Amino acid sequence: MRAAPHAASLPHRRAEAGGLDVRRLRADFPILHQQVHGKPLVYLDNAASSQKPRQVIDAVAHFDSTDYANIHRGVHSLSQRATTAFEEARDRVQRFLNAADRKEIVFVRGTTEAINLVAQSYGRMVLNLGDEVLISAMEHHSNIVPWQMVCRERGAVLRVVPMNDDGDLLLDHYERLIGPRTKLVSLVHLSNALGTINPVRRMIDVAHRHGVPVLIDGAQAAPHLAVDVQALDCDFYAFSGHKVYGPSGVGVLYGKAEILEVMPPYQGGGEMISAVTFEKTFYKGLPGKFEAGTPNITGGVGLGVALDYLSGVGLDAAAAHEQALLAYATEQMSRLPQVRIIGTAKEKASVLSFVVDGIHPHDIGTILDREGIAVRAGHHCAQPVMQRFRIPATTRASFAFYNTKEEVDALVAGVRTAIEVFA
Amino acid sequence: MSDDLRDLYQDIIIEHSKRPRNFHPMEDGQKAEGFNPLCGDVCTVYVSLEGDVVRDVSFQGSGCAISTASASVMTETLKGKTRRQIEELFGNFHGLVTGTRSPDPIELGKLAVFSGVSEYPTRVKCATLCWHTLRAALEGRDEPVSTE
Repeated sequence: MRAAPHAASLPHRRAEAGGLDVRRLRADFPILHQQVHGKPLVYLDNAASSQKPRQVIDAVAHFDSTDYANIHRGVHSLSQRATTAFEEARDRVQRFLNAADRKEIVFVRGTTEAINLVAQSYGRMVLNLGDEVLISAMEHHSNIVPWQMVCRERGAVLRVVPMNDDGDLLLDHYERLIGPRTKLVSLVHLSNALGTINPVRRMIDVAHRHGVPVLIDGAQAAPHLAVDVQALDCDFYAFSGHKVYGPSGVGVLYGKAEILEVMPPYQGGGEMISAVTFEKTFYKGLPGKFEAGTPNITGGVGLGVALDYLSGVGLDAAAAHEQALLAYATEQMSRLPQVRIIGTAKEKASVLSFVVDGIHPHDIGTILDREGIAVRAGHHCAQPVMQRFRIPATTRASFAFYNTKEEVDALVAGVRTAIEVFA
Repeated sequence: MSDDLRDLYQDIIIEHSKRPRNFHPMEDGQKAEGFNPLCGDVCTVYVSLEGDVVRDVSFQGSGCAISTASASVMTETLKGKTRRQIEELFGNFHGLVTGTRSPDPIELGKLAVFSGVSEYPTRVKCATLCWHTLRAALEGRDEPVSTE
């Protein structure tokens, strides 16, 4: 909701930058209301995993308590109810991504499995000796290693779009790197290590001019940016439940139907077949063809509820609030002469990665933890990014819509404490 | 700052992390590499033996204050010790940082400054990486040592 002129007369509603009623939203997240080492928890590790609102926790508990059974097979009532709930979750994902058809939504374990699915199914189908897959210099390991695996197997080559010192991709290099050998482009939408928002709409256009399909790794973007797969015109989009305020162990691969149709199955088993004899197996249509075995049924239901919750908060309002927090945190941290921010791209969201002179990120992480502040310290599963900036690791604070300006102040105070300890 | 933070980051640890002792490669003798894949810490330990006795020991690498200070203090305490004495010392040190064994302060000497680590289970690997690497160097193992 937007901050109304009379908001000041409602003491329980404190509208912060972006117009979100953050205090009311925080009340939805039971885990945030606790002390860690005697200090109020300040949870700034949302890029690793976000927390769940009571709506998700309750919906999952209710589903497991009343409707749970295996799906798509039983004739009994529970199985039908569970199937309905699971398939409704698919509809919710379709709405969240604005996909054209619900059969374009494939449930997977998470972003990592989604990318592996495309690498092993689409990649093995199209890649031959000397062909190329193009990724960027700021990919998470999960958007590097699956391509290395399939490229090695097929004799293909992995090419990398470089970036500048701010963490912006060099788009002229990108255009030059796409050529007749390029069979697929796979790009991160929002970098987990740097916070860079890549201009994926434009980069997809460039790839399509060369007839090259594009996968977008949306693990970090889905919780922070409104995603419309039809407007982006991406061929694949992947994200994880546990970063969009939902459960872990469930995620989504969106794929354009015409591509998914021609792709071979990723895994074989139950669920994904229509008929099996020892001589021949007939596969199901979409999306069942890619959903072998019993899925994370409860997780899927929880993910659907989480996406509806996030849509209810409003991605634009959430993004505006998070942008204000990021700008404030960037300004406050920049005042500390010992601090260097890693990732200063023009377009950023949620992520503030930094190093402090003479203090290793793990020591900062430990000192912040004792102040009740949860951050990530390490290479963020993006070691090539660390190598690019010639640092072993960073400390990363990552914001969600439930974070506050006061929490940013606690972070900055904690970093000051670390500097004092090592003075 | 809280007391247990001060217990972890004792002045000696901060000082050793900023100015590590015996921080150089060694031409003669045996060496081994260790790394912690979770955090990217790397450590190379060089050891020169005279029979069964450590004549000299040094290290290089990069890591957090705990891992750097631990390696630095370790190199200070090992000279003149036999393999067997080092094994006993490591057992004692491991017990200290994991909180699984009541330490023998006399035997540990300066190493006792790492007692605060036992309050921080995620930091035990930082304190013990150099010791695992030392062991590999003493055994002449070629394979890098990993904490995972």
